[in-house]
Amino acid sequence: MGESREHLIRIKPHVVQRALIYDGIRNFFHQNNFLEVDTPVRVPVLIPERYILPVSSNGWFLSTSPEIYMKQFIAAGYGNIFQLCHCFRKGEKGENHQPEFTMLEWYRTNAGYEQIITDTEQLLFFLTKELQVSPAINYCGNKIDLTPPWPRITIREAFVKSAGWDPFVNPDYERFDIDLMEKVVPCFTPNQPTVLLDYPAALASLSRIKPECAQVAERAEIFIGGLEIANIYSELTDATEQRQRFQLELEYLKATGMDNMHMPEEFLKAIAHLPECGGIALGIDRLVMLLCNAKSINDVIAFPN
Amino acid sequence: MDIGDVSRNAKLMINGAPHNVENVNFVKPGKGRAIYHVKVRNLTNGNLSEITYHSGDKVDETNITANDMQYLYQENDSYIFMDSKSFEQYSFNEEQIGDKKYFLKEGMPVTVLLWENSPIDLNLPKAVEMKVVESETSTKTETITAQSKTAVLETGYTVGVPSFIKPGDIIRIDTRNGAYVERVTKD
Repeated sequence: MGESREHLIRIKPHVVQRALIYDGIRNFFHQNNFLEVDTPVRVPVLIPERYILPVSSNGWFLSTSPEIYMKQFIAAGYGNIFQLCHCFRKGEKGENHQPEFTMLEWYRTNAGYEQIITDTEQLLFFLTKELQVSPAINYCGNKIDLTPPWPRITIREAFVKSAGWDPFVNPDYERFDIDLMEKVVPCFTPNQPTVLLDYPAALASLSRIKPECAQVAERAEIFIGGLEIANIYSELTDATEQRQRFQLELEYLKATGMDNMHMPEEFLKAIAHLPECGGIALGIDRLVMLLCNAKSINDVIAFPN
Repeated sequence: MDIGDVSRNAKLMINGAPHNVENVNFVKPGKGRAIYHVKVRNLTNGNLSEITYHSGDKVDETNITANDMQYLYQENDSYIFMDSKSFEQYSFNEEQIGDKKYFLKEGMPVTVLLWENSPIDLNLPKAVEMKVVESETSTKTETITAQSKTAVLETGYTVGVPSFIKPGDIIRIDTRNGAYVERVTKD
């Protein structure tokens, strides 16, 4: 107990800053007419994703992401929504990972990933004003200017430039993850956020395929100071295609011994009613790390695991 | 065991040798495979290395403990040690003990690594004090302070020493490289 008291005393400025960031986020979304919603933490079924492992809870699961419920709001006609919530992912523990972490998700109707990227630029710039700090933040020895617009680079350009191969020509997705973290991200400009976009269709997950290019998914990720901050989609609204993608994930999960994962039928029913929309999942703890100049995720969480 | 369950100080068998996990650095794209940079120390030779694992990789956990023991005595080609807590005795043969036999003195505290309750390695104190039993008389002037002659110690170990060392002196030896460090007492 002595240790956690010392930790709480040491990180108090970060806990205070986190509270101000939450206020700023709510101000931003209220000003933009987004509705704050709340979804369950303990859930009977999850979106099947091969590399996201759930924590079990008495036959159910702890939520790995609120997306499965957020999209049901959208499909029921709620319009633009946002949520701050806790998510749980088994085995994720490191400098930038905690098995329980905080996620910000928002969804905007009649929008695609480009609009959500713009929202993200606006939100972070707005937060620096709310916190009364310069938009050029200091993080781990680098000055990072959050002023929009942020540079964009496609997956193809980034991989050809930094890893020396084109994932659209050589679809090696195991090497993709490793090279992304070890070769591509370290080459991003240290003084600005980077928007990495246009993923190979096989890595579309829940995003839609570009109407004019079947190879490319309308998916983007935002990296700041080497940290993966957010994942953005033009949301897939085709329930049949979504079911086929989930089937592949479920087969992979079953083959690796995860036989308690099932097809999220309620979610797929909702997808049939989903209007055109874009959405994002943004890691709040990492955002707090950036805005507090904290090197480890444990330094911004009051009771780390 | 799954690589995801490995934490600091886990003991793993890697390429036939027991290793201690010194540090695990976890890296993962949100939707992608986890990458584990695992720093391990080989428990038989102390060497550090880094190994990269990915989601789903399996590793061999092994039951290795480091026990405080005392060196008791040599009997034929067996070297007998006693666990300071359980008082159980363990023996190393000539081959296992290797050159470390030259640095053992009765009653010396050591750390013995037990794998599945069998001794596999021995960690000596960093330095030991040994008596010189034989040393050629230096004919050169005593101003030469480099290890200019050899001395034989009570355990039969031969080491280069400065010319001023004489039989009966106690000297300190670095057990990591076997080199002379300093004279402790003069005869």
